[in-house]
Amino acid sequence: MEKYYGWGLPIDISTHGYGIDRIIHIMHAAMALLFIGWFVFLIYVLFRFRARKHPVAIHDVKHFKFPTIVEVGVAVFEAILLAAFSFPIWVHLHDQLPSKEKALEVRVVAEQFAWNIHYPGRDGVFGRTDAKMMDAANPLGLDKADPAAADDVTTINQMHVPVDKPILAHLSAKDVIHSFYLPVMRIKQDAVPGQSIPVWFQAKATGDFEIACAQLCGLGHYRMKGYFVVDTPDKFDAWFLENEPKLLK
Amino acid sequence: MSEHASHDLPFWRKYIFSTDHKVIGIQYLITGLLFLLFGFILMLILRWQLAYPGQPLPFIGHLFPESQMIGGIMLPEFYYQLGAMHGTIMVFLGVVPVAVGGFGNFVMPLQIGAPDMAFPKLNMMSYWLYFIGAVIMIASFFVPGGAAQSGWTSYPPLSNIASVGQTFWLVGMAFMINSSLLGSINFITTIIQLRAPGLTFNRLPFFVWAQFVTSFLLLLAFPPLMAASVMQLMDRVAHTSFFMPTGLVVNGALSSVSGGGSPLLWQHLFWFLAHPEVYVLILPAMGIVGEIIACNTRKPLYGYKALVYSVIYIGVLSFVVWAHHMFLTGMGTTMSAFFQVTTMIISIPSVVILTTFVLSLWGGSIRFSVPMLFALAFLPMFGVGGLTGLPLGLATADIHLHDTYYVIGHFHYVVAPGTLFALFAGVYYWFPKATGRMMSDKLGRIHFFLSFIFMNGIFLPMFIMGLAGVSRRLYDPTQFAHNLSTQPLNVVMSISAWLLGLSQIPFIINFFGSIFRGKKVDNNPWKATTLEWTAPSPPPHGNFATEPHVHRGPYEYSVPGAKQDFIPQSAPEGAR
Repeated sequence: MEKYYGWGLPIDISTHGYGIDRIIHIMHAAMALLFIGWFVFLIYVLFRFRARKHPVAIHDVKHFKFPTIVEVGVAVFEAILLAAFSFPIWVHLHDQLPSKEKALEVRVVAEQFAWNIHYPGRDGVFGRTDAKMMDAANPLGLDKADPAAADDVTTINQMHVPVDKPILAHLSAKDVIHSFYLPVMRIKQDAVPGQSIPVWFQAKATGDFEIACAQLCGLGHYRMKGYFVVDTPDKFDAWFLENEPKLLK
Repeated sequence: MSEHASHDLPFWRKYIFSTDHKVIGIQYLITGLLFLLFGFILMLILRWQLAYPGQPLPFIGHLFPESQMIGGIMLPEFYYQLGAMHGTIMVFLGVVPVAVGGFGNFVMPLQIGAPDMAFPKLNMMSYWLYFIGAVIMIASFFVPGGAAQSGWTSYPPLSNIASVGQTFWLVGMAFMINSSLLGSINFITTIIQLRAPGLTFNRLPFFVWAQFVTSFLLLLAFPPLMAASVMQLMDRVAHTSFFMPTGLVVNGALSSVSGGGSPLLWQHLFWFLAHPEVYVLILPAMGIVGEIIACNTRKPLYGYKALVYSVIYIGVLSFVVWAHHMFLTGMGTTMSAFFQVTTMIISIPSVVILTTFVLSLWGGSIRFSVPMLFALAFLPMFGVGGLTGLPLGLATADIHLHDTYYVIGHFHYVVAPGTLFALFAGVYYWFPKATGRMMSDKLGRIHFFLSFIFMNGIFLPMFIMGLAGVSRRLYDPTQFAHNLSTQPLNVVMSISAWLLGLSQIPFIINFFGSIFRGKKVDNNPWKATTLEWTAPSPPPHGNFATEPHVHRGPYEYSVPGAKQDFIPQSAPEGAR
C-alpha cells in the first residue's frame, strides 16, 4: 500500500484525475507565489518602519498602484482557472456520461455502514428492487420474482471493475447521507437517500484499493470501508462468473 | 433610555441583570471566553483518540462514565459528541458572543459616542437568551445518549434519527438564534440613531463599520436557520418529514415516516446561514485589527474607503456563495458554475482588505505592543486561511479535497489563528478601557509567541493530510490504508494542541490577575484617537460626562504640524 499513498496526493489511476491534480497543483503554486511575495513584503515593512528606526509616521502616504495590478491579476487568474480548467472537468464528469452500451453499469447503494454493489448481470438490466423486501440476506431488496433480477450479481463491500472501461455507477443510500470516495480514482460523490446520482470513471491501471465513506453517517462511519479492485478484463470476467447466481451455471 | 442612577441599583441589577452595555459586553466576553476554553478542552480530549487510536486516555480516562469511555478508551459515541459540540460551542457559544456580543457591545457604543445601546433591555434579553441556550447545550451532555453527535452541521436524516441530545441541540440553537437576532436589531438601530453629532458614516471607525455589516448578516441569515431548526425539531418530535424522503430503511427496518421530504433542503437552509456566519466570525476580527493597526502605526489606515466598500461587498456577496459547501451533493454544471464564480469573486474583497492592512503599515512608526503582535499575526494567518479556500471553491479541486482535513485546516486558519488572534488583540487593547489597568506585557508576549508556534503546529499539517486524502470525522483514521502514511502528523498536531492549551495559562493568569493588580493607567494609554478613549476608564454608567462632538475622521495620527502625534475625534476644530 505504501506505493499508493504518501505525503502528497494519492496515486491517480483514473483517466480524468490528471485534470483534477493539475488544477490542485497550479492553484497551490499560485498561492505559494502570492503568499511568499506578500509575506516577504510584510516582513520588510515591519523591519523598515519599526518605531525605533522610524519614530515619526508619515500622515499622507502616496497612492499605491501595484496592489491594483495584483488584485486584477488575481481576478484574471481565477477567471482563467475557472473557464479553462475547472468547468471542463465538471462538464466531463457530469454531462458527458458514457453510453450504456460502452460502459459497465453498477448501482452502489450505501447503508450504515456498508457498500452494496449491484451489477445488472448478462442482460444489462437491473432487477427490480423494493425497500419492503430489504432484510439482512437481501440488503438491496432485490425482487427475485423479476426476470431481470435472475442474473444480477450483488456484493457487499466488494467492488470489482475492469480496467480501461468506463464505469457508470448510480449512487443512492438507504438510510442517511453517505459519500462514495475512491481516493485513487479522484472520485467523491455524496449518496443521498431518495436520490439516484450518476457518477462515472475509468481506471487505467489495475490494483487493490479502497472505498471510503467521506460523509459522517453515524458511529460506524470510520469503518465504512469497501474494497475496490481494478482487474484486467479476463480476471474481471472470471470473478464475475464465479459470483453469478448458481442457477445460471 | 436606561436609568442613569446606577449607584443606587442593587448588586444583582448592576452586575448580573444589568442593562448597561458595558456590563453586558463584559458578561458576553467572559462567558464566551469560558466557552472557548471549554470547546477547546473537548478538542484536547478528542485529539488523544486521533493521535493514539484505541489506547486508554492516561490520568483522566477512568474519570469518565462508561457511556463515554470504557477503561479510559474513548467510545465512538463520545468521540462524535466531542466533535459536534466542539464545532457548535466554538462558533455559536464562543467566537460570535466574544466578537459581537463582547466587543460589539462594549466598544461600539463608546466609539460612536452613545450613552448606551438603543434598546438596553433588549440587550439584556439577548445575553440571557444566549445564556439559556448555552445551558441547554451543556445540559445535553448529561441526557441519555449524550450530546448531539451528527457534526456541527447536523445533516439529516442522520440528525433526525440521532438520540435526544440532538433535540437539545435544536432547542439550544433556537435560543442562540433569537439572541443574535435581538442583538443585531439593537446594533443596527444604535449605529444609525445614536451616533454623536458630527460622526458621519464616513467618519465611523472601521470597527463600527465591521459590526454594522455583521449585524445585517446576522439579521438576514439567521431566520432561515431558525426555520430549519424548527422543521428538524418537528421531524424529530412530531414525526413530520421535512427532511425525510420516502422509503428510508434504517437499521434494516422500513421507516414509518410519511416521507416526501428532502435531506438537501436542510443543507441549503443551514449553509444559507452558515456561510454568512463565517463572515460574522471574520468581519469583527478585521474591525479590531484595523483599529489596532491604525493606533500602533501612528498613521491613518490606508484606503479607509476601500476597506469599507470591501466589507459591504463581502456582506452582500456572502449570501450567494452558500452552495459551494454542497458541490458534491449531485449538483449540475450550471449551478456549480454559478457558485464557483461567486466564490471566486468574494475572494477579491478579502485580498483587498489584507493588502490594505499591509499597506497601512507602510510609512508608519510601528510599535510592537502585545495587541499589535496579535493583530499582525492575524494578517498572514488569515492569508493562509483565505488562500486555501480557493482550491475548495473550485468544484473540480473540491472533488478530492471535500470533507478532508484540508477543509478543517482552511477554516481553522481563518477562525483560530485568524479570528481568535484578533480577539486576543482586542482583549489586550481594550482591557485598560474596561478596567483602568494594563495587562502584563511580559505575560502577553509569552502568550503570543507560544500560541503562534503551536497554532501552526496544529493546523499546518492538516493541509498535508487533506491533500493525501484523509477524511475528517474519523474516529479511528488507521482503519484506512490511505490514512496511514500521514498518521504520524496526528501525533504532532495533538501534542501541539496540548501545548497550546498550556500556552493559555499565562493569558488566564494575566486576564484575572490584571483586573486587580494591573498597572493603573490614564484614560488613553495607547494615545488613540477614537471616542472610547476620551471616556473615563472604566467608563461610568452613561459613558460620557458631556455628549462628545466629532470634528474629524477616525484616524488622525501624526498630522504634520500637530503638537501630539494624535488628534482625538472629539478635539475641537482647528486643534493642533
